[in-house]
Order: sequence, then C-alpha cells, then structure tokens
Amino acid sequence: MRPIEYVAPKTVEEAVAALAEKGEAARALAGGTDILVQLRGGRRSLDRIVDVKKIPELNELSFSPQAGLRIGAAVPCHRIYEDEAIAEAYPGVMDAATLIGGIQIQGRASLGGNLCNAAPSGDSIPALIAHHAIAEVAGPGGRRDVPVEDFCTAPGRTVLGPGEFLIALRMPTPPASFGASYLRFIPRNEMDIAVAGAGASVVMDGDTVAACRVALASVAPTPVLAEAAGAALVGKEPTEQALAEAAEAARAASKPISDMRGTAEYRTHLVGVLTTRALRNAIQRAKEA
Amino acid sequence: MPSDKIHVRTTLNREATDFLCEANQSLLEVLRDVLYMTGTKEGCNDGNCGACTVNLDGRIVDSCLVLGVEAEGAEVQTIEGVASPEGLHPIQQAFLENAALQCGVCTPGFIVASKALLEREPNPSEYRIRHWLAGNLCRCTGYDKIVRAVVDAAQQMGG
Repeated sequence: MRPIEYVAPKTVEEAVAALAEKGEAARALAGGTDILVQLRGGRRSLDRIVDVKKIPELNELSFSPQAGLRIGAAVPCHRIYEDEAIAEAYPGVMDAATLIGGIQIQGRASLGGNLCNAAPSGDSIPALIAHHAIAEVAGPGGRRDVPVEDFCTAPGRTVLGPGEFLIALRMPTPPASFGASYLRFIPRNEMDIAVAGAGASVVMDGDTVAACRVALASVAPTPVLAEAAGAALVGKEPTEQALAEAAEAARAASKPISDMRGTAEYRTHLVGVLTTRALRNAIQRAKEA
Repeated sequence: MPSDKIHVRTTLNREATDFLCEANQSLLEVLRDVLYMTGTKEGCNDGNCGACTVNLDGRIVDSCLVLGVEAEGAEVQTIEGVASPEGLHPIQQAFLENAALQCGVCTPGFIVASKALLEREPNPSEYRIRHWLAGNLCRCTGYDKIVRAVVDAAQQMGG
C-alpha cells in the first residue's frame, strides 16, 4: 500500500472538512474490510483515509418500537446479530449480517461500509431495501436522507458527493405480521461473493399479502428494488402461481453480466429461484411473528 | 506525503505496548515487522484465509484488514499470548495430540479463533465449530482433525 495520511476526527463536522479538503482523494474508513484490500491491490488510490470510528454517533446502535432502528454507519455486523431484539424485529438484516464474510470479517465490517462499497453483490443492500432503510448522509451542505435503493449509482459508485459520508442507516419498526428474508447463492457454504441474491419482505393480512418488497443482488450494476416483483403479490394469496409471477418479474428486472461466477442466463435463473424462496421464507416468518 | 511515524499505544498480550508505525501499515505488518512477533502469519493478505487472526478488544479479526493505527487504545491478543509459563493452552495441546496441523502456517489463526469460540461457547456443536472457523483456511489437513481437536479441547476445558 502506498503512503497515505490517516486522520481520525471525533466529530461529524471535522470528518466532513477532512473529506471535503481532499475530494475524490479521501475516503471514509469504517471496518476497512473492503477499502484496505482495494488500496493494497491498487484498485483504489487515496491520499487520505478518514477513520470515522472515533465519532460516537457512527458507533451507536439503537432500537425501540417507537423510533425504529438506527444503525451507526461503523457498527460492525456482530453487534447487530448479537442484539436479540433487533435480530427478531429485522430478520432480513439479521440474515445479511450473519452471512457477510466469516466471524473475523463480521467483527469489523459494517452494513454502512457494505452499502458505501456499492458492490452489485453487496449482501446487506437487498435486505436493507426490503426493510425500507434510509441512509443518513452528512456533508458540507448539511444532512440529507437517501432511500437505500437510490444510494448506489454504478459498481463502486454512490450518490455521495465530495465531503459527504454515511452517518447511519434508519429503518422503521416493522408492522404486525411482517416477515423478511435475504438469501444468496454461492458455490461454497460460507465466505463467498453472491452469484445472485434476493431480499424480500411482506406484510400479511390473514392469508393475503398486504405489502411486499423484493430487492436483488448481483444481477445488475447495482442492487435493485424490483418493484414489479413485489407488486405481483400484493392483494393476493401467495399461491404457487402468484409466487411464480413474482419470480418472473424479478427475472425481468435483472440485467446481469456473465463473469467467472456465472453466466447471465444462470444468474437470471437463480434470481427467480431465490426470489421465490426468500418470499416463502418471509411469509413463513410473518406468520410466526 | 507525510512520512512521520505515528505513535500507537496498545495492550498486547496483557502488557502495555507502544509502537511506531506508518499509516499504511496493517496491524499484521506491525506485529511481524515492527514488533518482531512472527507467530501471527500472513496468508492471503486480503481477509480470506484467517492465518493472521488476532483478538482485538475481545473479537477475532484478520489483522491484515486492520491498520496498525487503528489499534490505538485497543487490547490485542496474538498466538504468543495463548500459552502460559506453565505450559501450552489446552487448545494447543489438543491440536498436537490430534495431529491437527501439517505445515502449520494456518495453525496460529485457527488456535486464536478456536480459543475465542470456546471462551464464548464452552461446548459448541461440530456444526458450530465448522461455521465459526469458516474464515480460516487450511490446505493440508482437510479440516477434520482441526474440528476434532477443538471438540477435544472443549472437553478438556470442561465444556
């Protein structure tokens, strides 16, 4: 890794100034599990890293039924899944936090970092979208909210402008009879990058799906909210026919590439299968909720 | 670029330890090249293999994915801190008795990771052990003897 400047501001304002001063040549550091690999491999070149873990707000994890969930952008995965109340209320987020990397990675990596890394395969992103997550961004112009489905703009690119960085992820408290799930396909059991992934959430009204959201990973330049896939189930009972229509809509929302992990055709098939399974899982959890 | 080294204060294997490092040095590089503690191994250097596993503030991490400067104020435990003056830790003994190593490069990482598991969960299932150790790769043993060693160690430790 070439020489770099390290700063560790203690306030949001200092971090914004440290990032803004260097523009594209500065980047926030949370868990570091992506950025340090990129810097070492020459895939990213920076003059300054701004360690945001000394800013108290970025380490805060809070949940209450009144206020919902707020995950500081630097909170590592393990803190999320070790909190029983959060794991129970946000099952899709729980799925993602437990399958990113191995135990060592989960000790450092944050969902905020996973989002800002903006990989098409980012495992937490479909789960966050399924849970209606909002990204809280701070920058030279103050704070703004960005729905997670609008956050990534291209592989490795986000809406963050010069001097901006992610403060926290906010999710509303799920309503009654809510369930969510994130599933991915990898050829190993652990420690791999999704060939395809699907996150789903449902709100059930008896046997009818009252609300539904489906989001997909690794089948487009960014994780995508497949609105038509969710809409295919709303107002219906989740019959085989209805689930097949949702899966077809998910396949239609996919624009995958072929690479060493799989062909476009393979990914399109997988994302339909995963969408059906994630929906079934979410519906089952909603019934148990 | 600034080249002044950074003064970092840590607790390393229960002893106050200060070091000087460059901002771009990983904790792994600091341990091996600055502090000459070469028990922690470099494998892939990108967070896949777990050979460089250390315990940082009670959590296992890949030390190749932590900057030395990020260890400021932290408590770090490495393989060098596992044995006591009285002898090997039961996990180390179990690795020996179960022949859970061949070339040995992955072994410090496996032992540090296994120790963290048994301190948290004294009697884990085989499935849980395999899941916990998914971030540690071994290209020699086929893992079976490693898993048996951890089961054995748990029994020895009264789990």
